[in-house]
Amino acid sequence: MIVETGHFALVMALVVALVQATLPLIGAQRGNEAWMAMARPAAIAQMLFVSVSFGCLTYAYLTSDFSVLNVVNNSHSAKPLIYKISGVWGNHEGSMLLWVLILAVFGAAVAVFGANLPPTLKARVLGVQALVSVGFFLFVLFTSNPFERILPAPPDGHGLNPLLQDPGLAIHPPFLYLGYVGFSIAFSFAIAALIEGRVDAAWARWVRPWTLAAWMFLTAGIGLGSWWAYYELGWGGWWFWDPVENASFLPWLSGTALLHSAVVVEKRDTLKGWTVFLAIVTFSLSLLGAFLVRSGVLTSVHAFATDPARGVFILVLLLIVIGGSFALFAWRGPSLKASGLFLPVSREGSLLLNNLLLTTAAAVVLLGTLYPLFLDAIGGGKVSVGAPFFNAVFVPLMVPLLVAMAIGPLLPWKRGDLVAIFWRVQLVLGLTGAAVFLTWVFAADGPMFALLGMGLAAWLAVGTLFEIGERTRLFRASMAESGRRLRRVSRAAWGMTAAHFGVAVLVAGITASSAWTVESIQTMRPGETVQIAGYDFTFEGARDTRGPNYEAVTGTFTVTRDERPFTVLRPERRVYPVEGQQTTEAAIRSTFLGDLYAVIGEAEGADGAFVTRLYFNPLVPWIWAGLVIMCIGGVVSLSDRRHRVGAPSRRHRAQAVESPAAA
Amino acid sequence: MKRTLTILILVLLAMPAWAVQPGEMLDDPALEARARTISKDLRCVVCQNQSIDDSDAHLARDLRVLVRERLVAGDSDREVVDYVVSRYGDFVLLTPPFKPATYALWFAPPLIAGLGVLAVFFYYRRRRSAGVAVEPRPLTEEQRKRVERLLGDEPP
Repeated sequence: MIVETGHFALVMALVVALVQATLPLIGAQRGNEAWMAMARPAAIAQMLFVSVSFGCLTYAYLTSDFSVLNVVNNSHSAKPLIYKISGVWGNHEGSMLLWVLILAVFGAAVAVFGANLPPTLKARVLGVQALVSVGFFLFVLFTSNPFERILPAPPDGHGLNPLLQDPGLAIHPPFLYLGYVGFSIAFSFAIAALIEGRVDAAWARWVRPWTLAAWMFLTAGIGLGSWWAYYELGWGGWWFWDPVENASFLPWLSGTALLHSAVVVEKRDTLKGWTVFLAIVTFSLSLLGAFLVRSGVLTSVHAFATDPARGVFILVLLLIVIGGSFALFAWRGPSLKASGLFLPVSREGSLLLNNLLLTTAAAVVLLGTLYPLFLDAIGGGKVSVGAPFFNAVFVPLMVPLLVAMAIGPLLPWKRGDLVAIFWRVQLVLGLTGAAVFLTWVFAADGPMFALLGMGLAAWLAVGTLFEIGERTRLFRASMAESGRRLRRVSRAAWGMTAAHFGVAVLVAGITASSAWTVESIQTMRPGETVQIAGYDFTFEGARDTRGPNYEAVTGTFTVTRDERPFTVLRPERRVYPVEGQQTTEAAIRSTFLGDLYAVIGEAEGADGAFVTRLYFNPLVPWIWAGLVIMCIGGVVSLSDRRHRVGAPSRRHRAQAVESPAAA
Repeated sequence: MKRTLTILILVLLAMPAWAVQPGEMLDDPALEARARTISKDLRCVVCQNQSIDDSDAHLARDLRVLVRERLVAGDSDREVVDYVVSRYGDFVLLTPPFKPATYALWFAPPLIAGLGVLAVFFYYRRRRSAGVAVEPRPLTEEQRKRVERLLGDEPP
């Protein structure tokens, strides 16, 4: 009964979305306020219905209701609770239900927090949002119904792919979807603006926090995915330029560009058409990612289902959304008039350069990802486009981006003076030079690109801190004066500083881990010792262990440094009998300078010897730290009052009403 | 059903798992290093975007052994790669080869970047010719200082 309720609630959500997608849009066109006002309750009702639906499926998973086909295929009574829950979205049907849930939650959030949006804009945004919802509701109901029953009900389920039974991967999809789907708000705002024929500073101010939130979630989602790959796949890699990874990286690249161009629209009233275009592109890339992954065009662990009917449905949806929105853009885009002027060397100029580099990067990654499919489709044979290609085209675009990233925030709006800037950043240049020199001293045998990478990381880190120093006139004014200025730095500015600094930390981590990883693969008998990067790994042997729903071989390594005990590492190799699959669980001990990483392989012979893979992965923790700092930057920036003009605090209300965005 | 499951598990357990094995490695460190470098650019053709160096599939293992055999036989790196390509086709190369079928792939990135730069260039030129009259005259040094004094903050 509960399952049927879930199905029914989903149908109701579709009906509500149909109302929300028509009446408010027509009402906005005709100036009918009652129809426009329908959008808000409809968006909230839609969210409630989908929540009920999602709750019912979760209930079926929690109670292991094996009369539901989806539960049978993706769950098992012996599975730990957390994976019963994550099993809900660990499969195609359930993940699409999560997708529509998030779509509806974002819609309802705009309805609730957008109290001071102009009525027509609000009606149109929610109408467009519901149009997207309708497409996905139809997709779920007609091709991917998670509430389908099976008769007779089997005694137990097939279990969940063991690779997905992992805390990191349990929460990776929700974050990724919050990112993908979050860009739908920017998209709906862009379409609504095109219909209105009006993009102004207030519009940009409303779009920015939603874009920032989506960007943050996507950053966290991609980070979680990389982190999972790092500790689960067992050889210390964390990014593979896999088509599925690229699918999530593409909207990140264009979303990052959007985040920056929206600043220009808000502050300087220009780049309007371009920003609307980017908003459409970003959500289109999110949809394309969903299509590539869901259709099974790319087969991998992510493609839960390879059903052509679903692929065709999403492809049609994609064509309608992308085709329709670009047609609208071509028609209405030229009417968006800009007023702000600027020279190439200026804050706007640097943000435009950022956009140029990020969108070019997105374009070449898209090209590399789709090229094998395209070539195969036209009968040009099979080729692989792997990591070497992506590194060759992506890195050259990121180098100027990182150089400009430290300079851009120092430039004034409208026009700047590069020569003057050059003289001001002597200190930054000097410290960068010192970092390159130190890198060279400590790792003279390393590859040359490491010098460039570490230099760029230092340049960006020091440059970002220097910018805060300049802002507060540190060492130029009195300490009290600097302190006063420091307190007046807006949270949005702190957010930018943190995010840019996070990128610097990330770049250092990526460079070091690509340049100086130490690897040792060998057969070890109990008692044998291998030395890596100054640490002695002694293999103490392996024994059989049991988990809740798996059996494992657990190896033990005692690690010493300079004869002193440092840590004990216990890597596992698991067998999940229900699913009949193996997984590796690397044992990792993080230090400031890098990770000790141990993996246990097959038994060799009868004397307790095992194949072991030991690594020292330098600065890998910096990668995760960099991503976390970037997300913290996002949170700090979001907490800026100017970003939440929809919800001013009582104390600030009077000021908020005076500010132009709230008017 | 249970039987097939058991057989399946046994088959999977029999996999010679986890990428490069110590047994496959060559004694000569220089040759082994070359083998690793070559392996990193060869795709495991039955896997999803993995190099044979990273993959634990049977076929990847066979290829790793093959690469090492050819190296021991005295082939150059180039000859080894050519030999593998002659058996498995271009698909085995993770770096796509440079030939007519991939011209579009290799030429497009610089082309896209070039078009982007051009678009930005024309954007500035159009805006400047359209905006000369609107652009306010820059402040003189004295005016600028005065504004700064009045505002009291914001670095110059």
